[in-house]
Amino acid sequence: MNAMIDITNAEKTFTMHLQGGVELPVVRGVSFHVVSGECVVLSGPSGAGKSSILKMIFGNYRCDGGRIGIRHQGTVIDLATAEPRQVLSVRRSTIGYVSQFLRAVPRVATIDVVAEPLIVNGIARAEAREQAGSLLRRLNIPERLWALPPSTFSGGEQQRVNIARGFISDLPILLLDEPTASLDTANRAVVVELIDQKKHQGVAMVAIVHDDEIRHLIADRIVDVTSFASAA
Amino acid sequence: MAEQTLDDKPLLVAENLGKTYGKLVACRDVSFALYPGEVLAVVGESGSGKSTLLQLVSAQLAPSAGSVSYRMRDGVLRDLAALGEAERRFLFRTDWGFVHQDPAQGLRMAVSAGANVGERLMAVGWNHYGRIRDTASSWLERVEIDTDRIDDAPRTYSGGMRQRLQIARNLVTEPRLVFMDEPTGGLDVSVQARLLDLMRNLVSELGLAAIVVTHDLAVARLLSHRVMVMKGGRVIETGLTDQVLDDPREPYTQLLVSSILPA
Repeated sequence: MNAMIDITNAEKTFTMHLQGGVELPVVRGVSFHVVSGECVVLSGPSGAGKSSILKMIFGNYRCDGGRIGIRHQGTVIDLATAEPRQVLSVRRSTIGYVSQFLRAVPRVATIDVVAEPLIVNGIARAEAREQAGSLLRRLNIPERLWALPPSTFSGGEQQRVNIARGFISDLPILLLDEPTASLDTANRAVVVELIDQKKHQGVAMVAIVHDDEIRHLIADRIVDVTSFASAA
Repeated sequence: MAEQTLDDKPLLVAENLGKTYGKLVACRDVSFALYPGEVLAVVGESGSGKSTLLQLVSAQLAPSAGSVSYRMRDGVLRDLAALGEAERRFLFRTDWGFVHQDPAQGLRMAVSAGANVGERLMAVGWNHYGRIRDTASSWLERVEIDTDRIDDAPRTYSGGMRQRLQIARNLVTEPRLVFMDEPTGGLDVSVQARLLDLMRNLVSELGLAAIVVTHDLAVARLLSHRVMVMKGGRVIETGLTDQVLDDPREPYTQLLVSSILPA
């Protein structure tokens, strides 16, 4: 079995120095793996540490212990101990992350926000824009909005722009934090379709979804995060 | 952001850098390596030593301890302190750019915008007037300055335009490394956003390496791959920019991050 993500005993504690050094254990003993073409959904109540685990896999939160093995360009890198340059390389060519909110750069047009991950990987601007356009169309973002920066869009529109940006690349690992949270039924169905396509392309995914129906549609396996939280 | 490959060798290496003025320690034990195409932000409040560090690594100030090495275009890593005058000139005129907080420090305010950009080219041997003017003009366009203003002196420009002109003047020689000292410091917020976006694009298109000193964490987040937090002349925390800003470990970094006023 060829795991794309292989996590062993990962743990995370926040130390709040401004609150008198209070230790806030988030997760401990996180262990699971994800193979190609599989979508693993993290479950558990709010505050159980689901988003923190996604952020640890992306290298956004530092890991205090354990191992986060990521298959990257033919080798396995431990993101828990990787150098910043390695993390950046993993993000460029291996792991994509669809967060709940779009951190938009002022002034950049929607079409370019979506096309950027392709351009960074050396795809010509025109070709990248064409792919961006077809994804935006599929996600029902009207063409007249493409030239505008997404900062002025509604929450649902911003989320769809974010999804387009996350799904445009051919990265072998995708992390999805509530990808359908503020979408209507039609657009939720599009996202389910996109996830299904990624599975067929062999992409390994870890997702957080609160909607039971969506979870049922996309999850190949469910990992209950509560056990990691209660061990802390 | 900018392209990098892992087998690259570092462009600039600082080892145990320190600067003292008598008993006053401005900067102590700073070591890091900067790779081609990498943007490093140095953050900290006034007096933390970040500007001193920038002057040390850009050979404007001699260190009291430690060394700075730079990989010249022949691929050899050389100690800056041991460079000859011609090599130093090459760095300052061609291979490096320096964007000052106050554009008046980096521009000649009384000569035309075109001459400000063209001067860097003439310093490296360009002598064809038409080509110099064309290149200057295309750089003004790139930094979003109306080319009708090419013959006007920057003293007639707004603060944001001056800063963009300073950037054009620096980048025209295609440097590999740019030092920036509070590049958005004196500007209005709306002007800052435009400048940041412009710098972000130029840095990634040109594959520039940069060291950006700023007290503004938003600038660090938008522009840099990696960040070093300084306090009392020392580097107290370093790492991937989003990691340090979203998951700060040191008490002082937590204070800095939590002191940002929500817009």
